[in-house]
Amino acid sequence: MGSGRRWTVLAVLVGALVVLAAVSLAVGSAYLAPDVVWHALRTGGGGDAATIVRGVRIPRTAAGLVVGLALGAAGAVMQGHTRNPLADPGLFGVTAGACLAVVLAMVVLGVRDPAGQVWYALAGSALATALVLAVAGRGTGNPVPLALAGVAVSALLATVTSFLVLSDQPTLDTYRRWVVGSLAGRDLSVTLRVAPFVAAGLVLALLDARSMDLLGLGTDTARGLGQRSALSRCAGLAAVTLLTGAATAAAGPIGFLGLVVPHLARRLVGIPYRWVVPVSALLGACLLVAADVAGRLVPGELQVGVGVAIVGAPVFVTVVRRRRTVAL
Amino acid sequence: MSLAAEHLTVSYGERAVLHDLDLSIVDNQVTAVVGPNGCGKSTLLRTLGRLLRPDHGRVVLDGRRIDHTPTRQVARRLGLLPQTPTAPGGMTVRDLVARGRNPHLSWLRQFGSEDAAAVAHALDAVGLTDSADRAVDELSGGQRQRAWIAMVLAQQTDLLLLDEPTTYLDLAHQIEVLDLVAALHAEHGRTVVMVLHDLNLAARYAGHLVLVRDGRIHHQGPPAEVLTPQRIEEVFGLRATVLADPHTGGPLVVPRPTGS
Repeated sequence: MGSGRRWTVLAVLVGALVVLAAVSLAVGSAYLAPDVVWHALRTGGGGDAATIVRGVRIPRTAAGLVVGLALGAAGAVMQGHTRNPLADPGLFGVTAGACLAVVLAMVVLGVRDPAGQVWYALAGSALATALVLAVAGRGTGNPVPLALAGVAVSALLATVTSFLVLSDQPTLDTYRRWVVGSLAGRDLSVTLRVAPFVAAGLVLALLDARSMDLLGLGTDTARGLGQRSALSRCAGLAAVTLLTGAATAAAGPIGFLGLVVPHLARRLVGIPYRWVVPVSALLGACLLVAADVAGRLVPGELQVGVGVAIVGAPVFVTVVRRRRTVAL
Repeated sequence: MSLAAEHLTVSYGERAVLHDLDLSIVDNQVTAVVGPNGCGKSTLLRTLGRLLRPDHGRVVLDGRRIDHTPTRQVARRLGLLPQTPTAPGGMTVRDLVARGRNPHLSWLRQFGSEDAAAVAHALDAVGLTDSADRAVDELSGGQRQRAWIAMVLAQQTDLLLLDEPTTYLDLAHQIEVLDLVAALHAEHGRTVVMVLHDLNLAARYAGHLVLVRDGRIHHQGPPAEVLTPQRIEEVFGLRATVLADPHTGGPLVVPRPTGS
């Protein structure tokens, strides 16, 4: 596969993202003519149109872009490090940690405002990753103990979360809106708070691309070729934690996106991770914004987490049935 | 080039696999490590290649402890092919071989014409130039193993460690791979250490045999000296006759029928 084709894919995806973002600003449950939207964007000012565009649609679109980029890239890094095509960014307890931290913040400290929950979600995902590393112990160079530790820690954290939520009605009400995964009602300040973490995670993921290419040949071969596997594993884990933690903090847990997108990216640009990572990020953003726009057109609105799952499940089944793309 | 193990003890948990083992790799020679299943021959090779850390003792590469040498620097002197490696689905032979350049690359020194030349040279050495753009998983078993050997060759190291390079190959493909190993030694002067299961192939292709039993070196030397009926019975518990190989005159191990 030539690099010409890969650059084309990248350019097309950037173009698609710009178009989708524009559609996301123009479309919603309240009908606004395109020139009204354009006017509200350029001049701001008062009125219902300006309130809707600047107060609702811009924050929602921005959240979709940032969260989509983060989850797409996180999925690619997770699959690259585990060599497991079924690996999801939440595999190492990141999502479960964020959930528990948000619930604890609600129950213990009474934090109900999404902007305030961001820091707890980020801290929770980082702590969960640290716990997974500690449980996996000396097996850090090998993905299997890490994945097992991740599953165990996730299950434990999820149990504690359920216990807390089910024993407190007001928390359950707030939590169920958060946990479904939504871009609606998130203030722009939430997205701005997580954006630096996403940026750092993306840089780390790109720097880690060559390591993941080596890991694709197996841990022993990678070490034979001079890779410091524990160092690379830590870099990958840090990238996944930053990206998934930030995405979960901003929009709640959104499944399937990180799982499906890297498979589509490999279809488009082949195996090298220096291409798979950026293309997964862009595809993630495109799909999330598209799913969010589609969800708005359904009567009563569909949360984006649900929309992604509805689209993602059949795509994933198709991917799994074509076994060749699945071998990492 | 020199590679040596000194007082090597390696354990998995409580069980010691190698016991106070000393070994000096003979420069510019093909060495085959042989022995029964579970004797520690693979562990020995993996420890020599710094994939395993010994509990006691050390591995010394060119006068310096291998675990005190930066791993990329080691990778520029010692190429290592693990047992039955697998490549991602759809990866081309050329891409696989290009990964062998990793120890020579950095953020400051990206893949360049010198690296492309090393890849082309490695492909030529294993006879896969015409298949460079085919997917690794489309190749026959023997070709696939040659592609992996080309990856290690692209590292441009004087020393190659091969862990059972003929596993899962039929006899014709085993010969194909071992002929290549012999050519690398004869034409390019590379030092090769490989773990092999088949005593007759080891005797034919190696100039030096290391016979391992229970984590210790039982005997080492030229194949004709190492492979005697008595040693084969001691190490493998197998009664065998040793004939002269009609083609090479080397030792040929023929097991006796059970009960005779």
